[in-house]
Amino acid sequence: MSEVYKSMSISNPHPPFEDGIQKAMAAVAGVGLLILILATIGIDSVSTPLNLALSIALMSIGTLGFAYRAFRIKPAGIKNNGVMFSSTMSRGVIGWIAGIVITGFYVVLYWYEGLLGLGANGAANTGLVGFFDPLAMAIKGTPASQWFVYGTLYTVAILIFGVRFIWRYRHNRYQVIRTLSVMGFQLFFAYLIPEILESLNGDYAAKWFDKDMKNMWPLDYDMFDAWHINNMSTTGILGWGFLIFSLMMIFVVSPFLTYKYGKRWYCSWVCGCGGLAETAGDSFRHLSDKSMKAWKIERWMIHSVLVFVTIMTIAVVYGYLGDGSQYYITRTMFTIIVVAVLIMVAGAFYHFMNKRKDAQKDLQKIIMGIAAVIGVILLINFLTGSGNAFFIDNYSIKKWYGFFIGAAFSGVVGVGFYPLMGSRVWCRFGCPMAAILGLQQKLFSRFRITTNGSQCISCGNCSTYCEMGIDVRSYAQKGQNIVRASCVGCGVCAAVCPRGVLKLENGSTDVFEKTIDIRNNHVQMDTV
Amino acid sequence: MNIVIIGNGISGISTARWLRKLSDHKITVISSESDHFYSRTALMYIYMGHMRYKDTKPYEDYFWEKNRINLVNDHVEGVDYQNKTLSLKKGKTLQYDKLVLALGSKSNKFGWPGQDLNRVTGLYNLQDLEKIESFSEGLNRAVIVGGGLIGIELAEMFHSRHIPVTMFVREASFWDAVLPIEESQMITRHILKNGIDLRLGTNLKEIVDDGNGNACAAVAAESGEKVDCGYVGLTAGVSPNVGWLKESGLEINRGIVVNDKLETNQSDVYAIGDCAEQANPLPGRRGVEAIWYTGRMMGETCAYNICGHDVSYDPGIWFNSAKFIDIEYQVYGEVLAKPKEHHKALYWEHEDGEKSVRILYDVNDQSIVGFNLMGIRFRHEVCEKWLREKTNVKEVIANLTMANFDPEFYKKYEEDIAKSFSSQCDLSFSNPKKSNLDRVLSFLKA
Repeated sequence: MSEVYKSMSISNPHPPFEDGIQKAMAAVAGVGLLILILATIGIDSVSTPLNLALSIALMSIGTLGFAYRAFRIKPAGIKNNGVMFSSTMSRGVIGWIAGIVITGFYVVLYWYEGLLGLGANGAANTGLVGFFDPLAMAIKGTPASQWFVYGTLYTVAILIFGVRFIWRYRHNRYQVIRTLSVMGFQLFFAYLIPEILESLNGDYAAKWFDKDMKNMWPLDYDMFDAWHINNMSTTGILGWGFLIFSLMMIFVVSPFLTYKYGKRWYCSWVCGCGGLAETAGDSFRHLSDKSMKAWKIERWMIHSVLVFVTIMTIAVVYGYLGDGSQYYITRTMFTIIVVAVLIMVAGAFYHFMNKRKDAQKDLQKIIMGIAAVIGVILLINFLTGSGNAFFIDNYSIKKWYGFFIGAAFSGVVGVGFYPLMGSRVWCRFGCPMAAILGLQQKLFSRFRITTNGSQCISCGNCSTYCEMGIDVRSYAQKGQNIVRASCVGCGVCAAVCPRGVLKLENGSTDVFEKTIDIRNNHVQMDTV
Repeated sequence: MNIVIIGNGISGISTARWLRKLSDHKITVISSESDHFYSRTALMYIYMGHMRYKDTKPYEDYFWEKNRINLVNDHVEGVDYQNKTLSLKKGKTLQYDKLVLALGSKSNKFGWPGQDLNRVTGLYNLQDLEKIESFSEGLNRAVIVGGGLIGIELAEMFHSRHIPVTMFVREASFWDAVLPIEESQMITRHILKNGIDLRLGTNLKEIVDDGNGNACAAVAAESGEKVDCGYVGLTAGVSPNVGWLKESGLEINRGIVVNDKLETNQSDVYAIGDCAEQANPLPGRRGVEAIWYTGRMMGETCAYNICGHDVSYDPGIWFNSAKFIDIEYQVYGEVLAKPKEHHKALYWEHEDGEKSVRILYDVNDQSIVGFNLMGIRFRHEVCEKWLREKTNVKEVIANLTMANFDPEFYKKYEEDIAKSFSSQCDLSFSNPKKSNLDRVLSFLKA
């Protein structure tokens, strides 16, 4: 009955959800943004430290003031009023403009940094990057780069919209604590600590390596590049510490935490991409596509990226390992280790999943995926010998990955498309880290979303507000627990449910049969 | 076999789905309300802008063809039980081997003057919502008559769009025919806190015509006060939508009378959901129970019976839930506004006045009888198991943490509750034990 929906949007397209104070606050934020734009286009008189502070302050005050009126002054509770009538939040004209502007900003950031004023060949910064120089000098003692500007704005966005999110869900302690967590991880682990460590690392200033402790392979796809490994292993205790910590995170900490709590420990509590999605992207979470078709595309895409990044990383490492004179291990030893690890992983999946009828298809695909990776590795080793997988230079593969996946997908599409496809486009369709954690979550984790008996009324709030596009209702109305690889455990489905049907929880006694019970079958066949 | 279902709400669609699971019969569902099944309980969220109509459809549109469930958008005007034929508004006739009547309800009208004016509706179906939407632009005030679950939903809808709302509620405190007085007062306070003009002890005398056939005011019977408004919502309950079948030979009391197999007096004709009335309701249950959950259970039971499995309709232990603006409500077991003589009620309320736990037990054997929750979520299966097994109330309180279904990190109140309960009766309750999901799972398996 689509005509009902259409006629309704005509009769009341713009109900009055924004009051005068909110409009004034939007204007205040607009002035802050205008200062940034003026500095960017090179109006030198604007470019003072005071104006930088003023710009960030005005954007913060305006956004927070708007959010205060929207949420804080109203009784606590779920207030999604007017979301579907909003031009910004429902792909209206403002939504499209916002999508295009943010996408444009990312294109400039990644490929035309000169337009932002980054000084080429040691020249002084101008424009937007120059505008941020005083702040960079204060924090780390060197001029800004476009990435410092981006990191600062990113962190400010997570903090401001984090406060907004907390006001919005202040009745829900899970949401409040989770949001404080992503705000804290962004501010300290992704922004302040790495920048400060960088400034303390004076002797090794030229030997940059990633000091964001929570940035893990394969999300951090150049972790194992020769220059990165070299920089880590030649910068004393700090570098070695980070190298060992990174390996521990990948192989020990992450699998353990995912077993205990599901992938949410990372994706909606720690990760920076997730942090921005949960805060600045919160208004767009309902725009994710819930169709079965989208789910199919998602599974193909995200797992292809995972397989690809795995092969690419192995090929890159293989490429720079020589005969053993430069590194401790030779190419052949490395190949044997990798193949052995992969066979063990495949064996573990087989061991745990073979008895489960519900997991047979997944099992087949996983084994096939791993077999393909092993095949490619052996091909690299025995056919090419030169260290060039696919007979082309490994670093040029990596360059293209960096272009298409690392920049275009995770940045430009991942954030630029917030107002068009929802806040988790990257996390859902592209992030190889999310793919690995998702497999673990689905197959051996204590985490699930429990459905409360037969209480579901099929209203659809849970599915609508799922940022990962999971049709939560399809499980809830059957009375089945929700165990999906993509679920980041944000908990919003449970928050918006008007009947208290969903609960995120962990249990160890039914890890392999979490989804078997269908609680909402009224008639039991064995009693018929 | 050719099975025709009239009505595509939760009852009719549950029957269709279960018929497909159990059989290969031909299934046809007829409705003139919507092309596809949508969740009626979500009507309010469409109006408030939380969801679009299409978000309220529990199954994607391809589902029906894939499962060979034939959907017909038409209105059934007559049934010929002898020839097993339906006559449809668009002129066709349709044969059936088995007929399922899942006709739903219609909003009650109690003969008020002006009740059929323009700008007066109930809130039951998509057409009502469409009308309410069209009356909303520039609306100065809405008057809502009746204070049940639909009344408060309608009030919240207008409230969300900053349209002033006046509610005429017959009872002395909100929904106090169903809720015990403390909970009823809690909801009353909550409605007032939200700025809704709640008039308790107020009946509708008449709806005033503006001279053009539109409602322009509602008059209160007791005070005689005339409240100017541009819309009147009638939400004083619903009754089975069976008027058009009254002369057809079908046995109808309040609803279509059915036996425990959901069969009517006409052969091969079943009735389920809001429109059905149990000839012999189980003890403690009403003949007509117009709620989502029983509709779904009847739909499933009916499919089994049509497919030749003999299943008596048994709705099991009573449960229901609702949300009063921001306060969630759940009930399990037998919690009446006034407890039965041998039932003792223990009541705990949080100091914020928006959370409460009420537990009833039988004073004769101390067995648990019911739970009433406001602002706190309980685990359905745990409560159901305690109720089914008539667990001693002391054991229930000692394990109360197992029932908690609030999100992680929420404050827990079980200790306060046990202390408060101990002071209200001569049983002394021990401090509730700590719990986690593993304990709950092993309890449910045991």
